[in-house]
Amino acid sequence: MQRIGVFVCWCGSNIAGTVDVKAVAEALKNEPGVVFSTNYQYMCSQAGQDMIKAAIAGHKLGGIVVCSCSPRMHEATFRKTASQAGINPYMVEIANIREQCSWVHKDMATGTEKAIILGKAAVAKVNLNTPLTPGESPVTKRALVIGGGIAGIQTALDIADAGFPVDIVETKPTIGGKMAQLDKTFPTLDCAACILTPKMVEVAQHENIRIFSYSEVSEIKGFVGNFDVTIKRKARYVKEDICTGCGACVEKCPMKKIPNEFNLGMDNRSAVYIPFAQAVPKVATIDPNACNMLKNGRCGICAKVCTAGAIDYTQKDEYIEEKYGAIVAATGFNPISMDKFDEFAYSQSKDVITSLEFERLTNAAGPTAGKLLRPSDGKHPHTIVFVQCVGSRCSACTEKGKEYCSKICCMYTAKHAMLTRDKYPDTEVYVFYIDVRTPGKNFDEFYRRAVEEYGVNYIKGMVGKVTPEGSKLKVQASDLIANKQLHIDADLVVLAAAIEPDKSARPLATMLTASMDTNDFFTEAHPKLRPVESPTAGVFLSGTCQGPKDIPETVSQAGAAASKVIGLLAKDKLTGNPCIAKSDEWMCNGCSSCGKVCAYGAITYEEKEFRLPDRTTKIRRVASVNPAVCQGCGACTVTCPSGAMDLNGFTTTQIMAEVDAICK
Amino acid sequence: MKVSYFPGCTLKNKAKVLDLYARKSAEVLGVTLEEIDNWQCCGGVFTTARDEVATKLSSVRALMAARDSGQPLVTVCSACHNVIKQTNNAMISDAEFADKANRYLSCDSPYAGDAKVYHYLEMLRDLVGFDALKEKVVNPLNGKKIAAYYGCLLLRPGSVMKMDDPENPTIMEDMLRALGGDAVICGKRNECCGGYIAMESPTLAKKSSNSVVENAIAAGAEMIITACPLCRYNLIKNGSPIPVVYFTEILAEALGIKEDIHE
Repeated sequence: MQRIGVFVCWCGSNIAGTVDVKAVAEALKNEPGVVFSTNYQYMCSQAGQDMIKAAIAGHKLGGIVVCSCSPRMHEATFRKTASQAGINPYMVEIANIREQCSWVHKDMATGTEKAIILGKAAVAKVNLNTPLTPGESPVTKRALVIGGGIAGIQTALDIADAGFPVDIVETKPTIGGKMAQLDKTFPTLDCAACILTPKMVEVAQHENIRIFSYSEVSEIKGFVGNFDVTIKRKARYVKEDICTGCGACVEKCPMKKIPNEFNLGMDNRSAVYIPFAQAVPKVATIDPNACNMLKNGRCGICAKVCTAGAIDYTQKDEYIEEKYGAIVAATGFNPISMDKFDEFAYSQSKDVITSLEFERLTNAAGPTAGKLLRPSDGKHPHTIVFVQCVGSRCSACTEKGKEYCSKICCMYTAKHAMLTRDKYPDTEVYVFYIDVRTPGKNFDEFYRRAVEEYGVNYIKGMVGKVTPEGSKLKVQASDLIANKQLHIDADLVVLAAAIEPDKSARPLATMLTASMDTNDFFTEAHPKLRPVESPTAGVFLSGTCQGPKDIPETVSQAGAAASKVIGLLAKDKLTGNPCIAKSDEWMCNGCSSCGKVCAYGAITYEEKEFRLPDRTTKIRRVASVNPAVCQGCGACTVTCPSGAMDLNGFTTTQIMAEVDAICK
Repeated sequence: MKVSYFPGCTLKNKAKVLDLYARKSAEVLGVTLEEIDNWQCCGGVFTTARDEVATKLSSVRALMAARDSGQPLVTVCSACHNVIKQTNNAMISDAEFADKANRYLSCDSPYAGDAKVYHYLEMLRDLVGFDALKEKVVNPLNGKKIAAYYGCLLLRPGSVMKMDDPENPTIMEDMLRALGGDAVICGKRNECCGGYIAMESPTLAKKSSNSVVENAIAAGAEMIITACPLCRYNLIKNGSPIPVVYFTEILAEALGIKEDIHE
């Protein structure tokens, strides 16, 4: 039996309003083991904590029960108090009489009764608590950033500048991401390439950064501070360290009709290609689905023209294993497919394009060298209709689109409309919107300029139908303010497609055991207070993989994620959670049930020699828990048919004692 | 294969050919359309009166007959199909409506939406198969440029009809291709023909019909096919310069069973 102290908190009137705190303290006085019981207005205050410390010393307490708020709020506080007073922090139990009691009851009598029962359960548990000591694990001082867009680039640069080595894994042949495809950036209209490419070069030249381009993460094991990651380096059939990026192979390659992904299929590339002039690393990649040499062994021109001898048709996918202390997800976004929005005739006409395609059409390095020309006939469009919220804020049609606001479209559409009117004043520009959402520094001013200075026709209402007829696109729409139907003969229709997380995010989250929301955005540990951390320790979030964001926001979050990583890597050792599973080898029969339910891969099985009472030995298969990997979820303990598996701090006997105390 | 068949009133009068060739073609394809006994009007005009129970009872009765026969229920007319599928869905998703309907009908076993409803086109795609259909073609359409006109009712609401993408459908085009025709895709193939507005404001209906036909002609169509008697009526009445026929006519023609009939 322990010597237990009970401390009942009023939490001002939060608890005391519906729970008779004095009666609770009085009732718990007579519970087995309780030698001291009191109540106080704010137990978490310095005075309250001092009261606990004095009681521990004065009454020689071995364990304490604090009847207060949720353990998520102040368990750590009271554990620290206990520790300072010289008792093991795991001898502290919290009875949550606020969130689960005083806040949900209106009547003092029932509130008090429930608080007493919850207090009794906590006392019964403390009686069976044993001191626990957390283990320590070392920290691998290297970070992995998955995704090489602006989010990944900024996170990697910030971590590397703090002196820690960083690896970037990027699935495409070059880093740069979506930002590399953009023309100008709102609201200041600086050219995206001019501000991005210096950062890409900085990454390439940074002594602390390695880039694994054209690579994917294929396996992640381990835990915070000690991740074991397997990276698949896809065969690019070009020796990366030898290729100089001269482009001779690209020029001579006879297979020139491959849709160019970088220009969203609006022009063609060759089978051996460098995505764009400022690519990092600037090396060629051979597309195995397009290359004649790789498909049927007939060609080999690129190898002949390569003076550096970098072409290697025999290259195979390569797997490398590396250890990391922290992992940052920066997998980014994609515009959603327009397949299910054919009321806008995207599949019927080349002149119905997405906003990202419009970026390429206006980009000096794009398929039209920056001239705004119609994809169908190369003519200058004189009437352009922009449609916003295509697939965004689509609460009535979730099978087609997304319920959320994609956030960036109002601003980039204002940018597109303004730049069009600026460069081609003879062009009539219409923007159809549900709402114009422009919060952000200098954002609304930017949108106002599009309307007032550049004469863009903003119309509240949605486009219902786009019908290609001859060389025109017949746009049927409603003007909700004038309450009339509009018919516009447009030359070009631009759809602001909703954005969604990249397809690689879901399998990555599974590998990381990181949680996601229903839209496949990574979930943050706390929406307000821990916005760049995943609930999974050691996993951090950067950029649009966590939610729609523009560039300034992405860069801020990337820096924030980096600072969290730096904080982790700066530690030499990490203190673990001692509340983890353990198996009683004598009771375990090696049935493998626990291993099957363990989401973290913490359970292994071994053949172990046992000495029996009759002095013979027997070899049996038993479960063994890796304390560094176990997260203490308890799935194995309830699965174990023989009762061999138990959870430190939450043993079956402790839980049953609590249940008994409640049911008594 | 035997299926229950709900022709609908119009198919017994104005749209006899839609019905006739549906039956004949089905026979060639090895499907027997078994007409439900004593069927009544689906309630057609009243689809939008959501609080109305009585007008939907005959649809429930037809669905019940199909359930009792253990066969899927096949319809041809766009409007009948729309009403019957929506009613079937309401019997599953709207407990209050289902309860009321079952009380009105006061039969031995209440109906809970168990029958499977197919439009004739769905039957071709899902039960017969367009590949099997292709094999039965004796008189291919020889690349004739035909626009499939869906109208507004056939595929909408998409979440209930679950037949095809209402904005980018392929089912009639796939049928045309199986029959050897050249499916012309025109943007207004799923726009309204003017519907019943023709009774109140003929000029407004004419405008809708004409824009559909002009759009099809601009896309290069020599003929328009439809599944809806009202669409066909409006398009022809408002002076379509190209023929507007039921999809079953073109089906029968390709299967080599088309005959001269006077409507």
